[in-house]
Amino acid sequence: MEIVVATSVGVLTAGGVYLILRLRAFPVILGLALLSYVVNVFLFSTGRLAINMPPVLQKYGEASYTDPLPQALVLTAIVISFGMTAVLVMFALGAFLEADDDRINMGDADEDDTAQKETGA
Amino acid sequence: MTHWIIAPVILPALLAPIIAFVMRHDSTLARTTSVAGTLALFVISIGLTITAMGGETLAYQLGDWPAPFGIVLVLDRLSALMVLLTSALALVVLIHVIATKWDEKGRHFHALFQFQLMGITGAFLTGDAFNLFVFFEVLLIASYGLMIHGGGRVRLQAGLQYVVMNLAGSTLFLFALGTLYASTGTLNIADLAVKLREVPVEDAALVRVAAILLLVVFAIKAALFPIHFWLPATYSNAPAPVAALFAIMTKVGAYAIIRIYTVAFGPDVAATEGLIAQWLMPAAVVTLAVGAVGVLGARRLMPLLSFAVVGSMGTMMLAVAAFTPYATTSALYYLVHSTFSAAALFLLADLVVTRRPAGDTLTAQRPTVQNGLFAALFFAAAIGMAGMPPLSGFLGKLVILDAIRDSSFMTLGWVAILLGSLLIIVGFARAGSILFWKSTAEARQEEEDEAEDAAEAEGDAPADMAAKPATPLEVAPTMAAVALLALLSAAAGPITDFLKGASAQLYDRDGYISAVLPEGDAPNVAGTEEEAH
Repeated sequence: MEIVVATSVGVLTAGGVYLILRLRAFPVILGLALLSYVVNVFLFSTGRLAINMPPVLQKYGEASYTDPLPQALVLTAIVISFGMTAVLVMFALGAFLEADDDRINMGDADEDDTAQKETGA
Repeated sequence: MTHWIIAPVILPALLAPIIAFVMRHDSTLARTTSVAGTLALFVISIGLTITAMGGETLAYQLGDWPAPFGIVLVLDRLSALMVLLTSALALVVLIHVIATKWDEKGRHFHALFQFQLMGITGAFLTGDAFNLFVFFEVLLIASYGLMIHGGGRVRLQAGLQYVVMNLAGSTLFLFALGTLYASTGTLNIADLAVKLREVPVEDAALVRVAAILLLVVFAIKAALFPIHFWLPATYSNAPAPVAALFAIMTKVGAYAIIRIYTVAFGPDVAATEGLIAQWLMPAAVVTLAVGAVGVLGARRLMPLLSFAVVGSMGTMMLAVAAFTPYATTSALYYLVHSTFSAAALFLLADLVVTRRPAGDTLTAQRPTVQNGLFAALFFAAAIGMAGMPPLSGFLGKLVILDAIRDSSFMTLGWVAILLGSLLIIVGFARAGSILFWKSTAEARQEEEDEAEDAAEAEGDAPADMAAKPATPLEVAPTMAAVALLALLSAAAGPITDFLKGASAQLYDRDGYISAVLPEGDAPNVAGTEEEAH
């Protein structure tokens, strides 16, 4: 169980980082989505891995339980990362439509703009 | 009385959706509401600062849940100061935005502005690390909208880069919080302060990893080397008034570093002893160098100002890295100063750049209208930023130099700050003389006259704009920001006394812990929880 979770966290993170480094809008969005999934899995494991246990304190009896806090954190993280991904997609779309180019790297564009202004002046 | 602590978060949170949904077609109403709301925020934060001056740390438990289980907001001198700083800056920027009609260049400016204020004040007030993450996201998502306000190709591309950078940062933040929770079992800052002191040095590996991961996250926000590179691209492509508001955003990162690494991972925590300063100090020195060289090398005004912001963050972080109460006092003084000097420069840049045909490119041109006024304001703001007397930058740097005199990195720090200041002075002198002085002595003036006549004949809009002098209301916010620098310098004594109190309170961890955690029961409950596992 620990091996499976740890390996998947590692593999997904590696994949996410690789995709972000592609510097094209679509792979970067996919990479960030992968990272946001993997961080949720990671957060689950911070409360220790437990199977078939309720996430609440048992008032009666000495039943063991799983830590409820990481689950709440994951829920918050899911909502936020979902909203952020939507914003990111809209940004990428806006930038693509404006620039006709899906590169994240904008060094050249900046130079072009300066050059235009200089010749204009 | 303690209910007022949540007011700086609630007020913008309520106003923003009302402005977005009810007033989106009525710009006058939206402006009035936004100004009234920001004014109310300013008054509330003055009230909170007066409350905090008493020296007591006040905790507000949301939903009345006791501290390590529920979320707390904490008001002490430091958080009150930061909220006051935010609301004062917001008021200045908002008046500038309305006077220059920036808010009409895109939709929902005022709603986003209020959400931004909500996120910033929340981040300053919260006493819970995960809640800090949530408020970071609130302020970031509003800043994404403000950053691309007005649109345009380059701005959208820069905005995309900014979003990607910060989303990666947010993911890293979650990893850091997860690691911290896994090793300590809590995310409440006061409770962390208790638990981290109990971690034995042999088992500290995870805690150290979490501390460094968190430092990286906050360093992204504070634009420290090697993760500062998003800042020049973002600030120089954002609308100038928004860049002025963003002057407080880097300070959110700085505040988080100060708060977390003095209260939670204090210098007396065995597990992370000396770890933070060891990384923060070189990062600060290189940041300062990058900022100074960037100021010297910039070919446009907006990147120049952005690099000046990077340099000022480096200077401030040098003081923070010393982790003594005196050094923190000096860092806080410089923090207040650098916020207003950056804001003054960006607001002035907006006034100048919109009136120059060449935009913010640093080339000699015909003088714009009110050249003398703009030149005087630029001179004042620039000597503030570069750290020359009589404005507060000089005092700030002087106190920082004095504060790091006893630390292990005194020589390096002094060399970095003094050389950096020299480079920044040269850079600003070059920019100022090209922008304002060289303009009249330029031989190409006649050609430009002709070119402009031709442009005017075609009814070119920018040429018309260039002729329009700034109204008093447009200049007033810039003057106010410069006047605040002068005030900061004139009233340095009382302000420093307050800041001394703030850093003394910051280093009084037991006071913070006892104010937030109810007496004694918290560790016991957590203890039984561990046994249940």
